[in-house]
Amino acid sequence: MRHLLSIADLSKAEAISILDTATELARVSDGAVKKLPTLRGRTIVNLFAEDSTRTRISFEAAAKRLSADVINFSAKGSSLSKGESLKDTAMTLQAMGADAVVIRHSASGAAQRLADNQWMSGSVVNAGDGTHEHPSQALLDAFTIRKHLGMGGADLSGLNVAIVGDVLHSRVARSNVLLLSLLGAKVSLVAPPTLLPLGIESWPAEVSYDFDAVIPHVDVVMMLRVQQERMTDLFFPNAREYSRYFGLNAERMASMKPGAIVMHPGPMNRGLEISAEVADSARSVITEQVTNGVSVRMAILYVLLAGGALEAGSN
Amino acid sequence: MSVALSAQDISRALTRISHEILEKNQGASNIVLLGIPTRGAHLAARISEIIQTIEGTEVATGTLDITLFRDDLRLRPPRAIMPTKIPTSGIEGKDVVLIDDVLFSGRTIRSALDALGEIGRPQTVQLAALVDRGHRELPIKADFVGKNLPTSKNQTVKVLLAEIDGRDEVSIEEEAK
Repeated sequence: MRHLLSIADLSKAEAISILDTATELARVSDGAVKKLPTLRGRTIVNLFAEDSTRTRISFEAAAKRLSADVINFSAKGSSLSKGESLKDTAMTLQAMGADAVVIRHSASGAAQRLADNQWMSGSVVNAGDGTHEHPSQALLDAFTIRKHLGMGGADLSGLNVAIVGDVLHSRVARSNVLLLSLLGAKVSLVAPPTLLPLGIESWPAEVSYDFDAVIPHVDVVMMLRVQQERMTDLFFPNAREYSRYFGLNAERMASMKPGAIVMHPGPMNRGLEISAEVADSARSVITEQVTNGVSVRMAILYVLLAGGALEAGSN
Repeated sequence: MSVALSAQDISRALTRISHEILEKNQGASNIVLLGIPTRGAHLAARISEIIQTIEGTEVATGTLDITLFRDDLRLRPPRAIMPTKIPTSGIEGKDVVLIDDVLFSGRTIRSALDALGEIGRPQTVQLAALVDRGHRELPIKADFVGKNLPTSKNQTVKVLLAEIDGRDEVSIEEEAK
């Protein structure tokens, strides 16, 4: 594997091997010395052309724990804000000798474009491209689910997962539907019809408009953020109505199966898609998702970078 | 292909190594056995069992994966990371015995010493290998050796263990080149 652009590129075996690697790497994060020499001398560039807190910090922590050198590059304060093209930026990074670029961009397909062209020779990791995909988030979600409910198995077969909310704008939902179904889980999408993308019937997931009918049957409720910054239209009448039909509050949580967990990729709109009570409850694994994110991203960087030029097709 | 050690030879060698470990460390009380996956880990489990029958007490045993500390990561496709299990007693102030199947360049052991350094500071670190085939690239020497096998560099030493391969055997193969 050379790049991580989309979950659609992964085989089941590859996905499981990333999760297994993350399990071993998680032990490092628990140890006294949180540092490994594995990627010493490698340079990883975090190219964030869109705002992000946890993904960027998480990739940075992951790279540093593997002893790689990290260069942070955000749109604000760089030449990207002066209108420099992605190509010129990539060629600059190549000239500086970047071994990998972690890219977050508001345009769907930006990571693919960076990887497909011969602008740079390093690996490309998609850290979220527009409304397309966010593979590292899906992998950390699958890791978290497996840790809590996996019953020792390698995959997630037999589990039911509901993904609830703004599916239309959510790259997290897209990556998660692909990955969770690849790993054998049954995925239900719950959203108002206006927040479901065209062609949803071809996704490997069931669709429901009724949260209350779905919630007692699932092992995982994954809430999505209502992405107001991407909303150019009126998708629901008002926040209160959305919250009443598609928000997760204490009353709805009470109908969940015993042992079922609540997830959210963050940042949360407390009071809109998830109530503060639920976010801070014992069922919530939201902060654990952040912790696991570092281990999973270490695993991604390990798989892409630790191997030699042999597999990457030596050039 | 020629067989260098039969199942019985392996069993005798492990028994002797167990006795030597006990003799050198004056008993099992301060010993931690750490096997290097995959085959070293199985050898560690066997030595641990033998020591237990000799001494009547359990000896702390674990595994130490060294993949993340290798210096040849860039030369090969990525390797799977194997579990590291350190006994709850830890390694601080202990006499750690590293156990591997074949001692060759010494680079695995160098990586293992780095890996140990991240975990703690043992009193001593010793090394047991089922086979020492020579061709060291680093100043590393085994304290306990099952058998010294003089080999040429283009031969391969193959260790089979019942736990994974169904039978015990060490053989030397000529590399087809």
